[in-house]
Amino acid sequence: MASYSTNEFRSGLKILLDGDPCAIVENEFVKPGKGQAFNRVKIRNLKTGRVVDKTFRSGESVEAADVHDTELQYLYSDGEFWHFMDPQTFTQYQADAAAAGAAAQWLKGEELCLITLWNEVPLIVEAPKFVELTISQTDPGVRGDTAQGGVKPATLETGAVVKVPLFVEEGEVIKVDTRSGDYVSRARD
Amino acid sequence: MLAACRDFFAVRDVLEVETPILSRAGATDPNIQSLRLADDSGPARFLNTSPEFAMKRLIAAGAGDIFQIARAFREGERGRLHNPEFSLLEWYRGGFAIVDLMKEVAALLGVLLKRPEVAEQAVFLSYGALFEEHLNLNPHAADVKALLRCLDDSQVAIPQGENDKDVLLDLIMSSVLLPALDAERLCFIYDYPISQAALAKAHPQNPRLARRFEAIMGGMELANGFEELDDPLEQRARFESDRRRRAETGAPQMPIDEFLLAALAQGLGECSGVAVGLDRVLMLAINASHIDEVLSFPVTRC
Repeated sequence: MASYSTNEFRSGLKILLDGDPCAIVENEFVKPGKGQAFNRVKIRNLKTGRVVDKTFRSGESVEAADVHDTELQYLYSDGEFWHFMDPQTFTQYQADAAAAGAAAQWLKGEELCLITLWNEVPLIVEAPKFVELTISQTDPGVRGDTAQGGVKPATLETGAVVKVPLFVEEGEVIKVDTRSGDYVSRARD
Repeated sequence: MLAACRDFFAVRDVLEVETPILSRAGATDPNIQSLRLADDSGPARFLNTSPEFAMKRLIAAGAGDIFQIARAFREGERGRLHNPEFSLLEWYRGGFAIVDLMKEVAALLGVLLKRPEVAEQAVFLSYGALFEEHLNLNPHAADVKALLRCLDDSQVAIPQGENDKDVLLDLIMSSVLLPALDAERLCFIYDYPISQAALAKAHPQNPRLARRFEAIMGGMELANGFEELDDPLEQRARFESDRRRRAETGAPQMPIDEFLLAALAQGLGECSGVAVGLDRVLMLAINASHIDEVLSFPVTRC
């Protein structure tokens, strides 16, 4: 198994900690002149997203995590797994609900997603930053309310619910920022 | 700053010297790693981790009070306050006790920082008092469990399975106490545990303490000084214990400096010595937050 010495620590490095894949967020080298050197690091657990503080004696080694990012095309979901394909090699990957996470609600098919693979299994699925989806259901806006910039809930074709301005109607295609879940605009034809 | 150092010692009749950077012996200190020259043709050579041994040999040979502005090299030390190659100002004073030398360090820093009040307002605290004052903990009597609890209370992550008392004390020192000290004030910590004595003499009244001090300011260690150990037998015993410690941790073994031991046998005399990290003093002077700001080219760019 590959491993990294604390000398190689830098932010972004992927390591295994207690069996979980983690990324180093911050690395600080501290050393009393005549004393033991330490690396005090902030580490993000890639499975849970939680950030924890860890201290290592400098010179220690930690196991490397086989984690890398790649762009995969979303194919379909069978309810349990979300299936993706590498558009170059046609290799297929399946992501479970934990990996698909919040990204799942924005996916309808064929879009390219940034996927973090751990031992070749999807660990994190990131939806495209912006998606264009059709509104499958929303109540008609009441004329006159538009001046207040009011919003109403709209259900999209993927099942996601977003707040949209009152003038937007059922059947329209809108652009959504998947990072915040906010309505951006009507999609241009 | 270099000119100010030289003026400071010129008026005090301390002689400037130069000693070799390359040596056949390396640092045996388990926490300091020497850089080794990759040359198969002769005996192994190491870059100095400090000019200490060579300067002590000069003193044993009768050089008197001496100072040196030297480059030192320590493998693997790289961070906000560390570059593997750095500048040390090191000097030795015959007949000085550590209290005399601490006062001289304070005077020098007042000059180098162009802030005379730094010397006047310096604080002097024993290692024990520092722990008592900030943590209500006696570092000499505390057991491993108490130190672990203290780190936990201070929300400092502890290396997995760590149960070495000195390692835990170091972690408390660097992660809890240094940040807690008034950054604007020069602070001297003295009388370290004998287990962290390095090359210092034991305290004459209390053999569990060593006559070692550090100068702290801006959350950084600026200087480390000793009342110098001059007993060649005790020095050899410490080298041997360093080597055992290295064997335990799997660190590479370093040849013992027999020249130093011979010089001590010849007679070093009562003296105190100190090394000041000049890069860090410069950081303080210009209010830099990273050592790279005061280096011409840091290790990543040379």
